[in-house]
Amino acid sequence: MDTINDRLVIAGREFKSRLWVGTGKYKDFVETKKAIEASGADVVTVAVRRVNITDRSKENLLDYLDPKKYILLPNTAGCYTVEDAVRYARLARAAGVSDLVKLEVLGDEKTLFPDTAGLIEAAKILIKEGFIVLPYTNDDPIVAKKLVDIGCPAVMPLAAPIGSGLGIRNPYNLKIIMETVKVPIIVDAGVGTASDAALAMEYGADAVLMNTAIAGAQDPIAMAEAMKYGVWAGRLAYKAGRIPRKLYATASSPIEGML
Amino acid sequence: MTIQVNGESRGVGDGQTVAALLHELEIRADRVAVELNLEILDRNEYETRGLREGDRVEILSFIGGGAR
Repeated sequence: MDTINDRLVIAGREFKSRLWVGTGKYKDFVETKKAIEASGADVVTVAVRRVNITDRSKENLLDYLDPKKYILLPNTAGCYTVEDAVRYARLARAAGVSDLVKLEVLGDEKTLFPDTAGLIEAAKILIKEGFIVLPYTNDDPIVAKKLVDIGCPAVMPLAAPIGSGLGIRNPYNLKIIMETVKVPIIVDAGVGTASDAALAMEYGADAVLMNTAIAGAQDPIAMAEAMKYGVWAGRLAYKAGRIPRKLYATASSPIEGML
Repeated sequence: MTIQVNGESRGVGDGQTVAALLHELEIRADRVAVELNLEILDRNEYETRGLREGDRVEILSFIGGGAR
């Protein structure tokens, strides 16, 4: 595929890869680095947490991820209120170099489903402050439209609950979201394996973000590579245009010339 | 005097700056965000902001995290 001319653009920024990856849950930083390299992703999500001030010998993620090579996308993971999400987004901007934030306002600990009312409220506040808000949202077309209407340059609907590996639970809603909003759709969370990523892209998603499916695999580095090809294959198939489904057979070989 | 740093009590010199605190903790200023009594500081304030008794300082940085 001509990946060079098939760039994802969000809020005027160009992204090389349509696979974005999280940096959590790896065995160590070496594995994190290798898996991310194998995935080919240029966007990596990070969380914002207290620095360990009692043990300074601990290594830092940024020692392994060159911020010049990767676009760091801080998230507000773990935030259950508008106030917390806004606070963490501001801290992320202060700790980093950009206005990008993956906004999460979670509804409950069991499902980690987004609190979409809180999400819209927090997004409004942050957009007013100049943030580029990429919202982690439910597979709800109406909420997606509201997020775009208030100024989100992309939406990130879930495929399934975070870390569940269930794959795309509601492909029809995802399709409706893609028809409803005219901004890039990044399918975020719930992917289990490479075919899930390929399917998301075949449906017309612009990118896929995942963490657990790679970090939790028995061989994370091999799975990262599989995900890279899954996303590529799905994107190519989407652009190529699949054949329609039919109930009965159509012969591929001609009848003419048979004995 | 005593201040709170990331939830832990810590003794620091009177009027010690945020920059000096970071230096003492061996923390690179360009990789963290500092919140002083819930106010996020600009990096150019670290040299000028002096700490006071009872201040609550939060120092945060990026760690591994994702869509989980």
